[in-house]
Amino acid sequence: MLKLVDLNVHYGGIHALRGVDMEIPDGKIISLIGANGAGKSTTLKAIIGLVAKSAGSVEFDGKDITKMDTINIVKSGIILCPEGRRVFPDLTVSENLLIGAYTRKDKDAIKKDKAWVYELFPRLLEREWQMAGTLSGGEQQMLAVGRALMGRPKLLMMDEPSLGLAPLIVKSIFEIIKEINRSGVNVLLIEQNAKAALEISDYAYVLETGKVVLQGPGKELIVNEKVRSAYLGEAKNK
Amino acid sequence: MTTSIFLQYCLAGISIGSIYALIAIGYTMVYGILRLINFAHGDIFMMAAYFMIFAMVDHMIPWQISMVLMILATIALGVVIEKVAYKPLRTAPRMSIMISAIGVSYLLQNLATYLFSALPKQYPSIPVLNQTIWLGDVSTSIATFITPIITIAFVILLMLLIRYTKVGMAMRAVSKDFETARLMGIKINTVISVTFAIGCFLAAVGSMLYFTPRPSVFPLAGSLPGLKCFVAAVFGGIGSIPGAVLGGFVIGLSETFIKAAGYSEFSDVFTFILLIAVLMVKPTGLFGEKLMEKV
Repeated sequence: MLKLVDLNVHYGGIHALRGVDMEIPDGKIISLIGANGAGKSTTLKAIIGLVAKSAGSVEFDGKDITKMDTINIVKSGIILCPEGRRVFPDLTVSENLLIGAYTRKDKDAIKKDKAWVYELFPRLLEREWQMAGTLSGGEQQMLAVGRALMGRPKLLMMDEPSLGLAPLIVKSIFEIIKEINRSGVNVLLIEQNAKAALEISDYAYVLETGKVVLQGPGKELIVNEKVRSAYLGEAKNK
Repeated sequence: MTTSIFLQYCLAGISIGSIYALIAIGYTMVYGILRLINFAHGDIFMMAAYFMIFAMVDHMIPWQISMVLMILATIALGVVIEKVAYKPLRTAPRMSIMISAIGVSYLLQNLATYLFSALPKQYPSIPVLNQTIWLGDVSTSIATFITPIITIAFVILLMLLIRYTKVGMAMRAVSKDFETARLMGIKINTVISVTFAIGCFLAAVGSMLYFTPRPSVFPLAGSLPGLKCFVAAVFGGIGSIPGAVLGGFVIGLSETFIKAAGYSEFSDVFTFILLIAVLMVKPTGLFGEKLMEKV
């Protein structure tokens, strides 16, 4: 469904992505792990057209979207739920969800999807008319995920959904991600919390300084020596 | 001062205040979305006056049609200025785009001088607006009387547009976060153009109401009213539409009463003292949000 071939990104003088190849088949949860600055967020931003690609190609649903602009990429079904939640603080919860469906014209279906999001996150329904800026961090994350779902993604890319959240909320966010995937949405997940991400992933890529250094099914990577020592914080001789 | 004279001054003050309010909205909306003080806004207001003269005086087009043409031309001017002078600087430091705005301001003043000469031109008289009416024992022109009504009607419409329409919601989203708005599939540039179009529409209407009772238009005619309206927007809290409206009324009324008290020379001085005072005491203005740098 999504295929990256030799993707390169330069930020000024910095070569942030050095030829990333990646493939995301239908119906899966794929995660992307790596240290800070490895190029995880850059990969997502390059896919959705927020940063310019200096070489390589991106193919989605059989179409070449390398040179498409963000709006058309969003319309074609890739939605990025950005790092740090980025809800619109002085729009209400309800408006934040509606703005997630900005490119859609099917009013009835939008209403249904909104009801579905409220079902996934009952807390949001309670706060429907509140300004998003007044929500707690966890609620804002729920809103950000809900807003992304309102765009009816075929591929939902999530950048650090668990960042800065209490462990209990993190757990429920990961449950939701699984549920979203079961409803037929492909998920590309970036996580600092590598263990949690690998546990729910069908397949994972490990990025290091702009390159894929390791890949495999989540369950295999979780027991991989190198991954354990570098990303799961466990001693090598354990 | 008798009651009827007092009321007369009140009406005049509210009337000029509501024109200031119309123009101040343009400053505040553009600031809200681009964080840019559009220094060319007063000159767009001046150009609108010349468009009216061009249509009505030079080409003898009836005032109703001239008005529509003038409004369309003003909107087009504003949108083109944004595309040519501000859009290429979207990612540049804010200082660059502000300098560009100052440049556009001088460009328009000199363009007007070149196209229409520096000699003052008479603004065409619109018969309906110049009729005198009596409200009790206060006499006034129709223009003075309907100006506040038109202003309030437009402000209400604008607030409804921003609050309840899809484009209004997009404007509020874009004003907070460009990148995330783009991730929602919002066409940032269209939303910015709409913002400029609305600001210029209001400036065009304001221009007609402002120049009708005044003798003449000249290339610098927009610069002082423009600065005053900028002060009105800052006073009300730049970025806030109700604030800009209130600021416009405060400046219009104080100016009128200072003139009435016999201190005409100081009426403009007052506006700028107000600016300094606001910036010293409450830089965010009456309804302004706390200044937050965009990340």
